[in-house]
Amino acid sequence: MDSESLLLSLELASGSGQGLSPDRRASLLTSLLLVKRDYRYERVLFWGRILGLVADYYIAQGLGEDQLGERKSLYSLNCMEWSLLPPATEEMAAQTAVVKGRFMGDPSHEYEHIEMQRMTEGDRTYEDEVVIQIKEESRLVSVIDQIDKAVAIIPRGALFKTPFGPVHVNRTFEGLTLADSKKLSSYFHFVEPVELKNKSLLEKADLDPSLDFMDSLEHDIPKGSWSIQMERGNALVVLRSLLWPGLTFYHAPRTKNHGYIYVGTGEKNIDLPFML
Amino acid sequence: MEEQPQDEKKSQSRRQSLETREAQDRRRTLSQTPSVTGPTDVSARGSRGSLGAPPSRGSPGLPLSQKSSGAPGSQGSLGAPGEEATEGKPMESVPQMGSQSLHHLVGFVPSDVSMPETYAPMGGSQFGPYQPMDMSSDTFQPEPLLSSSSYLEEDEGSHGPYTIDDPLFRGSYMEPSFGPLDYELPEPEPRELMIQNAKAYLLKTSVKCDLSLYEHLVNLLTKILNERPEDPLAILESMNRTVQQDWFHKKLDTLRDDPEMQPTYEMAEKQKILFLRGAGEGEQEMEEEMLVEQQPVQKCRFWGKILGLQRNYLVAEVEFREGEEEEEEEEAEELVEGAGEGMEGRGEEEGEEDEEKDVDEPPKPTWKPPPVIPREDSRTGANKYLYFVCNEPGRPWTKLPHVTPAQIVNARKIKKFFTGHLDTPIVSYPPFPGTEASYLRAQIARISAGTQISPLGFYQFGEEEGDEEEEGGAGRDSYEENPDFEGIPVAELVDSLANWVHHTQHILPQGRCTWVNPNQKSEEEEELGEEGEKADELEEVEQEIGPPLLTPLSEDAEILQLAPWTARLSCPLCPQYSVAMIRSNLWPGAYAYAIGRKFENIYIGWGHKYSQENFNPTLPPAVQTEYVIGPETMEMADPTVEEEQALKAAQEQALAAAEEEEEDEEDEEDEDADD
Repeated sequence: MDSESLLLSLELASGSGQGLSPDRRASLLTSLLLVKRDYRYERVLFWGRILGLVADYYIAQGLGEDQLGERKSLYSLNCMEWSLLPPATEEMAAQTAVVKGRFMGDPSHEYEHIEMQRMTEGDRTYEDEVVIQIKEESRLVSVIDQIDKAVAIIPRGALFKTPFGPVHVNRTFEGLTLADSKKLSSYFHFVEPVELKNKSLLEKADLDPSLDFMDSLEHDIPKGSWSIQMERGNALVVLRSLLWPGLTFYHAPRTKNHGYIYVGTGEKNIDLPFML
Repeated sequence: MEEQPQDEKKSQSRRQSLETREAQDRRRTLSQTPSVTGPTDVSARGSRGSLGAPPSRGSPGLPLSQKSSGAPGSQGSLGAPGEEATEGKPMESVPQMGSQSLHHLVGFVPSDVSMPETYAPMGGSQFGPYQPMDMSSDTFQPEPLLSSSSYLEEDEGSHGPYTIDDPLFRGSYMEPSFGPLDYELPEPEPRELMIQNAKAYLLKTSVKCDLSLYEHLVNLLTKILNERPEDPLAILESMNRTVQQDWFHKKLDTLRDDPEMQPTYEMAEKQKILFLRGAGEGEQEMEEEMLVEQQPVQKCRFWGKILGLQRNYLVAEVEFREGEEEEEEEEAEELVEGAGEGMEGRGEEEGEEDEEKDVDEPPKPTWKPPPVIPREDSRTGANKYLYFVCNEPGRPWTKLPHVTPAQIVNARKIKKFFTGHLDTPIVSYPPFPGTEASYLRAQIARISAGTQISPLGFYQFGEEEGDEEEEGGAGRDSYEENPDFEGIPVAELVDSLANWVHHTQHILPQGRCTWVNPNQKSEEEEELGEEGEKADELEEVEQEIGPPLLTPLSEDAEILQLAPWTARLSCPLCPQYSVAMIRSNLWPGAYAYAIGRKFENIYIGWGHKYSQENFNPTLPPAVQTEYVIGPETMEMADPTVEEEQALKAAQEQALAAAEEEEEDEEDEEDEDADD
């Protein structure tokens, strides 16, 4: 959620039961402002909170001019001091895929993973147990990246793409209509499109290239991994992801308010197919 | 425009005085004849247009007036070298002017038709918010011109106050090919015709709707001028789209209610009733008060919220007054027993029939269903409290049925999301005995048993009543509030888990809090029924024991080296005001907090237990044998012909041998007899 409208956004997203205490909100307001100034970001988003055993991580993201461009993630343990996280790489993702369980809450904590590796010495090849140390920081980075790629969403029309390339916030976005806000197709993944090029020409003919340049939620696998609810009568639409439980997206139809926040343990819900 | 050659100024001023007089003449003529006349009107309009539409920020008049005077100036400069055709120069100056209007080009009338220089001195202040009325007395009225065209009659409203300013000022929308290429003819008449053609083209309605480009641009510019956004060029496309959409999707009439917002208003109406009753109470409490009034409730507590796919559940934990609920339970039990007896009776009849037709019936399977474990009585164990749920505040509360051990056992084996509708069937393996209402109740029971905690000392056991042995070693199951409870400091509550205790009973693997031997019940059934063989086949069941009530959290089992609880201070910055908060890692979403002498438990989550391993559904059991294997059900091959013959031969031989023996015996007997 945008740090500009932090308090309102926290209120709207509180239906999932996760909130922040008043002192944290107050510290976030000031510290995010300072982050914006120091790192010269166009927008700073409060991404959410990953619950650890010993401590919790508060995550923020900073965006440059291009909304779909590179995003920098920062974490903090006390909502005041923010540290930059390294960008996510493929190797990190592969390495941390083996780590399971909760986050500890200590960024320097190392997970030990025992792997069988083939070692060759001379003519002999034998398997040996190798203990690989994985830092919690890398795990944090890859989890944030996975969550972003999988479930960060934005309503259709909130961003538009200029012919020169960069993606801008649409200042004339007045919000989705009520009928649109109940449909999954009005929400897009807030990430570079993957499925878009696989669409047939017939489907693409109806799309507007300046608005429909991201993947919509309609074809997410598994089907039904989003729960759409209207709260307060029809005044607020809340989408919750079932694949990454803890991600809540809210939008007040016909207004500009929208945003998402993740508050959870940072673990994917692999049992989803059994649970639907 | 500003860098006019200085020497031209003199000629310009001379020309301007001439032009002034001619402008006044023109004005007179035009005010009398509202119809389109000559190029003068066009030029006037054009120049007015150039004066009228200001740039997006302030100071509109002056630069424009300079521009317009620049036009005659440049015209003057054109004029000075000679009265040659003015096509060349204006075309050159087009790029200088950049995005200047088309009409500015058109406004390049030959020098004999002067520019209405009278408009030039008007200051910028007049072009702030549009004040057409001020100008109307001095200026021409383009309105008659515009209204004369039938296309625009319905457009009066959308033009609004911009009667004077021609919205077609912004030439950048225009097709760039229009102006310079067509601007060949020096005579005013054909040019006027050209203007008319251009305008007619613009007024052509689009194929898809009744909107014409002209009207659309009018709307667009009106919107921009009204809203004055920053950097309008950057958001041009978006505004364009928005205006188009607005035209197509008109806002609803203010007299009629918006149908989409109806549910919101209804909701709000219902909730308003809640708020009117008392001042300063939270919504939940109001809800519970309504619940309290409808049902004979003694104690009521907000238990929490369970999220669902389509709707959520708000759960209230309720304790009824004594005696109120018992009646319902008895009725239910009678029904069950009556049904049971009916079944038994039918079983007996079938048994009799079976004896008669025993030969024809296929063999019966030997599997008997395991004995049903009876559910706990109300107010005890897992059924200590009654739970009501509702979907949203303002909706009626629904009572959830009591939970049976079978439901708890099954709920442990499945993991399903709640949809939000109580009557959804649960499709799962092993099949869950009940609908979503029972599954919800079972999960609530499990969560309560696992996560309802209180600070040490808040509750204490009642007076010592007899020995523990009488209760079957299950421990005490009642507690009461400790009136002497002083409260534990927040820091200590956070530091040590031993300061918190469970105050709900643990649910045994059997599905109950107090253990019941299922074999005892089946003995009663034997008396009623006929089948007596069952007792032999029942297995010995061990008694199950769980941790006693009021055990501290430090004794909770770890989940794979993971602490089952996490304790935090709610506000590390100012510990003297903060609340001790503890959250469960086993049931994510369960929280408890305490400060001083107050504490509370709440659950907000999806209603599932946390497990690090993936969920593995139970496998179906092995295939059972259908019937007892015995000689009469065993399949044997029929003997072949050879075998039959061999058998026959053997039998004959045996018979022959037997006859010989008999003969021998008879002979012997005869011999014996002879002797």
